[in-house]
Amino acid sequence: MSTIKIRSLVHFDTEQLMLYVIGLPCLFWFILFQYKPMSGLVIAFQNYSLFKGISRSPWCGLRNFTDFLNSPYFYTTFKNTFVLNLWGLLIGFPFAIIFALFLNEIKNRVFKTVIQTVSFLPYFIAVVVCCGILINMLSPSTGIVNSIRSGLGKEKIFFLSKPEWFVPIYTGLNIWKTTGFNAVIYLAALSGIDPSMYDAARIDGANKFHQLWNITIPSILPTIVVTLVLKIGSMLNIGFETILLLYQPATYSTADVISTYVYRLGMVENNFGLATAVGLFNAIIGFLLVYSSNKLSRKLTQTSLW
Amino acid sequence: MLKNKTASIRTGMDERVFDILNILFLSFLGLFFLYPIVYVFSASLSKPLYVATGSVIFFPKGISLDSFFAAAKLPLLWRSYANTIFYTAAGTIVNMILTCSGAYVLSKSELKGRSFWVLVVVVTMWFDPGIIPRYLNFRDLHLLNTYSSVIIGFGVNTFNLIILKTFFESIPGSLEESARIDGANQWQILRKIYLPLSTPALVTVALFYAVSRWNGYFWMMMLVTDDKKAPLQVLLKKLIVQKEIPLEGVKILDLSTRYSQDTIIYAVIVISIIPVLIVYPIVQRFFKNGIMLGAVKG
Repeated sequence: MSTIKIRSLVHFDTEQLMLYVIGLPCLFWFILFQYKPMSGLVIAFQNYSLFKGISRSPWCGLRNFTDFLNSPYFYTTFKNTFVLNLWGLLIGFPFAIIFALFLNEIKNRVFKTVIQTVSFLPYFIAVVVCCGILINMLSPSTGIVNSIRSGLGKEKIFFLSKPEWFVPIYTGLNIWKTTGFNAVIYLAALSGIDPSMYDAARIDGANKFHQLWNITIPSILPTIVVTLVLKIGSMLNIGFETILLLYQPATYSTADVISTYVYRLGMVENNFGLATAVGLFNAIIGFLLVYSSNKLSRKLTQTSLW
Repeated sequence: MLKNKTASIRTGMDERVFDILNILFLSFLGLFFLYPIVYVFSASLSKPLYVATGSVIFFPKGISLDSFFAAAKLPLLWRSYANTIFYTAAGTIVNMILTCSGAYVLSKSELKGRSFWVLVVVVTMWFDPGIIPRYLNFRDLHLLNTYSSVIIGFGVNTFNLIILKTFFESIPGSLEESARIDGANQWQILRKIYLPLSTPALVTVALFYAVSRWNGYFWMMMLVTDDKKAPLQVLLKKLIVQKEIPLEGVKILDLSTRYSQDTIIYAVIVISIIPVLIVYPIVQRFFKNGIMLGAVKG
């Protein structure tokens, strides 16, 4: 009896040990590349210098934070982050839903597949290539857009150096790149709707619009709510890579967001302390947003009508 | 009765009109998604003069491959192409080893302190230390300007790890039970039961990794400053976005001009996206499933 117990105990321990051994490389990675950088956040409270390092750089308390809050960049970067997100929410977000709704109505399978395949393609094109194509197509000297404009007798516009054009261009690029990707989830939700509901509605004389309003929209509403909430939660992770490629000093007033400002502060001006402070500020607000939006979405999907 | 019939004919007519308008609308959208790519192909194949004057709108004009020959002679193009292939292949392998092992361990309900370890992993999805601390971390580890910086430094994507963990959890425990009776240990169970049973999920996650490796530029640009080690995207950024690399090509175009800066750039873009277009039909199917895997979790 006792030998069996001992043997099973030993067996149990080697099993645990083996699990830990298998997980060790992954754990080691998380420590080295996720948690160790977090310790580097202390330089947000330092007047950090690359040569002195963390141990010998002077401490400066919260000065980096107050400097940021008092600088004009605070207002500009927050405003731009907000405006770019707002356009995304008002135009880009519904665009994918509308696209999915219309695509779902197509009866011809081949046509449907072709359109969905085409819409998904831009998602796979690297952001550098997307921006490269855009820059070349909008170029004032040889770009197709301006060639057509001058062909129509209109003035050429240097789109990418005009602050008022940045937000529409950025939003347009995102719509082009992500509509197909975002539509996948709605299409899946739409395909889950019971077709007999539409048959019943049709017998009752409901037209397309009635069916859309009374069957389709309510059926995919939970999906819409969850994606919306999660999108708001990740507001601060706005397409930083895209902006970095598309903006220029002339358009900073509408294009500069918190993360691009952090990048410039750190990598261009070597002001690591301030850059880290701004980044930390961003990360904390981002954390609060993500955390609360996740909570909210869990609550909504459980207590919502369905 | 008659009233009903006319009503149903009318709705039938309405639906037909709607279908036609819908097909037109979606064809237009399809064109919108496809147009920039078609344009790049056409421009790369056309004579520079036609491109510069805007006469190439959809189809190529004055077809020639000269821009491609000129692009192929760019000194760093093939080097960075090879680098990208290496980064993608080696990086994805490292990703899969770390992600599979981590996901397997976290999926085991018998793991002691499991909820703590899951939290350790999940927290990194919520809180990002930011660009500067990450950069300085790479510097402290003496990884700047090395191939391994990007390959190992981006070894795990927490989201993918969670997807795989969820998938592993769905594998019925009875299979494992019988293997254990035969004396199989954890390592053998992972290799002989979990991995073969999760092939679709593994392929999906591997493709997620491979695509982001192939397309990524920001951290490559930050960490690899040596042109000889730089991947395609970093070269492309200098070439087509910042236009830092001077390209040969005459300024005054006429009909005899064989290639210009613009057409070379378009040719480089085409060269860089051809592999993506080739694998796209396979990749997209897995991606669609993958989005749903992630959505169930979220």
